[in-house]
Amino acid sequence: MTALVLIEVENGRVRQASRSAIAAASHFGDVDVLLLGEAPAEAASRLSGIRRALHAPSLKHALAEQAAALLAGLAGSYSHILSAASSTGKNILPRLAGLLDVQPISDVVAIKDESTFVRPIYAGNALATVQSSDSVKIMTIRSSSFDPVSEDGNEAAIETLETPADDGKSRFVKLEQSQSDRPELEVARVVISGGKGLKDASNFHTLLEPVADRLGAAIGASRAAVDSGFAPNEMQVGQTGKVVAPELYIATGLSGAIQHLAGMKDSRVIVAINIDPEAPIFKVADYGMVGDLFEILPALAKAL
Amino acid sequence: MKVLVPVKRVVDYNIKPRVAADGSGVETQGVKMSMNPFDEIALEEALRLREKGQADEVVAVTIGPQVAQDVLRTAMAMGADRAILIQTDAEVEPRAVSSLLKAVVEKEQPGLVSMGKQAIDDDMNATGQMLAARLGWPQGTFASRVEIADGRVEVAREVDGGTETVSLSLPAVITADLRLNEPRYASLPNIMKARKKPLETIEAGSLGVDLTPHLKIVSVAEPPERKAGIIVETVEELVQKLKTEAKVI
Repeated sequence: MTALVLIEVENGRVRQASRSAIAAASHFGDVDVLLLGEAPAEAASRLSGIRRALHAPSLKHALAEQAAALLAGLAGSYSHILSAASSTGKNILPRLAGLLDVQPISDVVAIKDESTFVRPIYAGNALATVQSSDSVKIMTIRSSSFDPVSEDGNEAAIETLETPADDGKSRFVKLEQSQSDRPELEVARVVISGGKGLKDASNFHTLLEPVADRLGAAIGASRAAVDSGFAPNEMQVGQTGKVVAPELYIATGLSGAIQHLAGMKDSRVIVAINIDPEAPIFKVADYGMVGDLFEILPALAKAL
Repeated sequence: MKVLVPVKRVVDYNIKPRVAADGSGVETQGVKMSMNPFDEIALEEALRLREKGQADEVVAVTIGPQVAQDVLRTAMAMGADRAILIQTDAEVEPRAVSSLLKAVVEKEQPGLVSMGKQAIDDDMNATGQMLAARLGWPQGTFASRVEIADGRVEVAREVDGGTETVSLSLPAVITADLRLNEPRYASLPNIMKARKKPLETIEAGSLGVDLTPHLKIVSVAEPPERKAGIIVETVEELVQKLKTEAKVI
């Protein structure tokens, strides 16, 4: 058995979520990685535990149409094809599955054996153990469930791939990136998140940032906060946003709807700060504090 | 242009699902069911395209048992012109759903398929991409803005680092993200009118698609429960607990 992992590079380094997917793939024997675009293939070749790094430099924007066609051409050599459950992985891998008439397996959190996997359903309210009968297993990996491989492995061979012809049906127009100096939400050791209780966008800066600065934390948001324009959507934690499992998750001014809990309830320690003692977030919190976050957060920043 | 909108009947999003005692799945008997929230958004977008004169017909389709008609009536009450039920009592996975939808697309010849990015029951996020692959059409997934001009559709997509915009030739498949729009409510007169709109039923078996699941559910279990926490009174106490008891800061 040999696995192929579609990986992503950000700022010259392989994303931690991709390194978690490689860790998952190592359950299935040898691991090759596939890197799309102009990112340096050397970054991928140094990953621990990989056999080969395949590089398709001409696929600059990882458009699903071309990427899935490329993967379909490689699929015959692999028993398992994986990626992180990132927006890129979720866009490309099911398309590949459609080309190969395979049922993909989304958001795997545990591997029982080569064809049996565990994945959350119903916003994480149930865990399904599923068994695939497909000859090639196509799956995305929930990164918070697998420890990432290190970046100090031996230099693996790099092989450059030709890209299938582009039919022009899909064209990249632009990418509007949001800038942040903070740790990436999905890999941060500490996350502090805000909900509608923060009342406006400026409070995300004035109330959450001082605490986040002290703790080296990433800042997250509930859907209600994102919908109200308090925070950009890539900060959203939950069923339809990002899934995080940090050491410490501090939830402030958010009630804890099941869709939000789906994105953070595997955090090791959860702290809830909320004015409503009946808020569901207190049911999952290890430490709760009932009170006004406009008083508590500045005091917390001072006390840290 | 015709827009096809696949919709799914799922356990209502406000209901906390309960795992069946025998571990075979999640209780759906006697539980309130409704249209998957992402599908409402996909339908709303199709209706807006029709209102802008960019689409002339909106057709809703669902796959499931006879009772799944109710989500089609809801779709028509929101404004879909007609509906198709692909009837089957089998559990169908995205692989089979995308094959059945391909058969519907070939029959109906829509210029655009607008669907939700994922269903809130199986949380797969796969059917739209698989359908696009089977049709050889381009895909615009996780759409937060859709604009049609000159035979192409421009789609702003919600991606991890921000927003990506792609331009797709039509016909295409788009999958709706939460921020695409705010779906309308069906008014009482429109609910009445929807009863008279045409609803066609097609036996899934007549479409020549193998419905056998490739992904078998072995068991379904409750996730591990967290142990009850404590309420602290002061910030100092909280910080002290995090330092000495939880050892996280």
